[in-house]
Amino acid sequence: MTIAAKFEIEYLQYLDADGKQVRDDLPAFTKNLDHMVELYKLMLSTRVFDAKSIALQRTGKLGTYASCLGHEAAHVGVGSAMKPEDVLAPSYREYGAQLYRGVQPREVYMYWGGDERGNDYQKEPARHDFAWSVPIATQCLHAAGSALAFKMRGEKRVAVCMIGDGGSSKGDFNGAINIAGARKLPLVAVIVNNQWAISVPRKIQSGAKTLAQKGIGAGLHCIQVDGNDIIAVRKAMEDALERARKGDGGSVVEAVTYRLGDHTTADDARRYRGEKEVKDAWAREPLKRLRNWLTAKGAWDDKKEEAWKAHCDEWMDDEVNAYLETKPQPVTAMFDYMFAELPADLAKQRAAMLAREAQ
Amino acid sequence: MAQITLIEAVTQALAYEMKHDESVVVLGEDVGVNGGVFRATVGLSEKFGEWRVFDTPLDELTIAGVTVGLAVQGMKPVAEAQFEGFIYPMMEQIACHAARMRNRTRGRLTVPAVFRAPWGGGIHAPEHHSEANEHLFTNIPGLRVVLPSSPARAYGLLLAAIRDPDPVVFFEPKRIYRQYKEEVPDDGEALPLDVCFVLRDGTDVTLVTWGSQVKETLEAADQLAEEGISAEVIDVATLTPLDFDTIAESVAKTHRCVIVHEAPKTAGFGAEIAARVAEECLYDLYAPVERVTGPDTHIPLFRLEMKYLPSAERIVAAAKRALAAS
Repeated sequence: MTIAAKFEIEYLQYLDADGKQVRDDLPAFTKNLDHMVELYKLMLSTRVFDAKSIALQRTGKLGTYASCLGHEAAHVGVGSAMKPEDVLAPSYREYGAQLYRGVQPREVYMYWGGDERGNDYQKEPARHDFAWSVPIATQCLHAAGSALAFKMRGEKRVAVCMIGDGGSSKGDFNGAINIAGARKLPLVAVIVNNQWAISVPRKIQSGAKTLAQKGIGAGLHCIQVDGNDIIAVRKAMEDALERARKGDGGSVVEAVTYRLGDHTTADDARRYRGEKEVKDAWAREPLKRLRNWLTAKGAWDDKKEEAWKAHCDEWMDDEVNAYLETKPQPVTAMFDYMFAELPADLAKQRAAMLAREAQ
Repeated sequence: MAQITLIEAVTQALAYEMKHDESVVVLGEDVGVNGGVFRATVGLSEKFGEWRVFDTPLDELTIAGVTVGLAVQGMKPVAEAQFEGFIYPMMEQIACHAARMRNRTRGRLTVPAVFRAPWGGGIHAPEHHSEANEHLFTNIPGLRVVLPSSPARAYGLLLAAIRDPDPVVFFEPKRIYRQYKEEVPDDGEALPLDVCFVLRDGTDVTLVTWGSQVKETLEAADQLAEEGISAEVIDVATLTPLDFDTIAESVAKTHRCVIVHEAPKTAGFGAEIAARVAEECLYDLYAPVERVTGPDTHIPLFRLEMKYLPSAERIVAAAKRALAAS
């Protein structure tokens, strides 16, 4: 038998569910314990933020909201590995990555609270990132196009797109990794495999053993990591970003995690999955293992945990207040960003709207 | 000065803008060495290199989505769909992202892109190579839809489309790609994107049309003139945003309106114009608005396609009905 090509997919994990090291060769960034504490703090902030969002929705102060519960390591791992000049194209729940890059909780509240200004991220580097992309996986091609622009201009920047396991079924994802492979574009496609696309389980999305291996067909570097282990996510991302930046091609990184919450606040996951599965997944959740690891290193303790939680509560309250104090946009705002210059025909409709409002 | 065809005017405009603006790139299937299946990009790869005249993998969805990404990063991509019948996979990216990005982000991110596609019937092409589907785009907010009908207008409008800070769908009537030549100075002068072109002044009836049908409509105006009927011909080359004022002024003068397009009748863009005439010009009219369009069928394969497309004869008949009614 002649083998035309042969492939394998590496699985990367450093910390087990309890935070014990499963291998000794920890990546260099883990030596900086202050930074590791920063990452943990952001994961915890993200969780507090998420709980606050759900509470806001339940009390009628937010529209439908897509929770990120359980994804904190995957999201913060991605965001923290990127350089400011890189570009992030998220779907709609990657808050951990976005908060790291300067998106403010009030902006997230604003968006899910029904106001486009939530997409107008004020702080760099988020300001040059893409906004939330609701049509599944469509943002992958925006990242591929961005990567193409960087390559055309000779810029040492990388475009990162994030999708879920469901998104890996879409043509946009496959088109993006395909062109990235064909043209060696600096693209890193992250599949945050949380096992559920609303009610459809991972096994119904694809017969592939891993989702990472979809990148093999496109000619990309591929790796599957424990998406609840931020060290693994961060390391895989650093490698992928570095390779892309050097011009050595794009990657698919599959972060295996679990969606601990409902798909959105409009969903009820109890309709399609059992309690035991969720309970088991809680045993593998990402915060505990990093907390245990940091605690064992003497870099974290219960007192710090409580102090940081209290800080996050205050911070989120400020953010919520900033959001709730914002007045709705004037009615004309629906016209004012349609084109760089308002066309005459549309100006008439705008004037008619204003006249109706004045009555 | 050289006389050039409509397709050559497209190439001339692309070359001019690529030369003067480094952020302009062309992408699509076969646009590189092959110069495009209709040769719209012929010679550009040699001039500007394979990264600025970029052959994509064979996937329209990829072309459209990558175009959005390029544009957000400050490039001015001109994407080619090989035929309008293959543009459907691009529609999600055009409708959900290209047309929405500025509004979604309150102007933070924008998509200064052009989506070009050869458009319309009449060239004896295979299935899916002859559709007129501009009306599917004219209903998308945030998008400009442009459909030139002469070499000079193709040149000036394509330059304007590339320079425009918002996304433009630019349909090219392939039936008249090489129908005739005219002088088109390569002076980089763009045409306005929001003004109808009055191609012929008249007093008795207004003929409103766009794309390949401009030729039939001008022929119809000639025939009407022979019978002493003075027809005004308006080319709505920039469908949206619509310059309705030019149409309204004409109807106020002629009191009769005939709308001609090759797309299916129901909810074609002619329906919008007819509705606007009814809303804004009803008391100017001496006769009901007439529409000469393709029927609500698929354009047949080419043995019957000329029966589908509006003809000068049908336009003349419609104009005469309008005159007879008043």
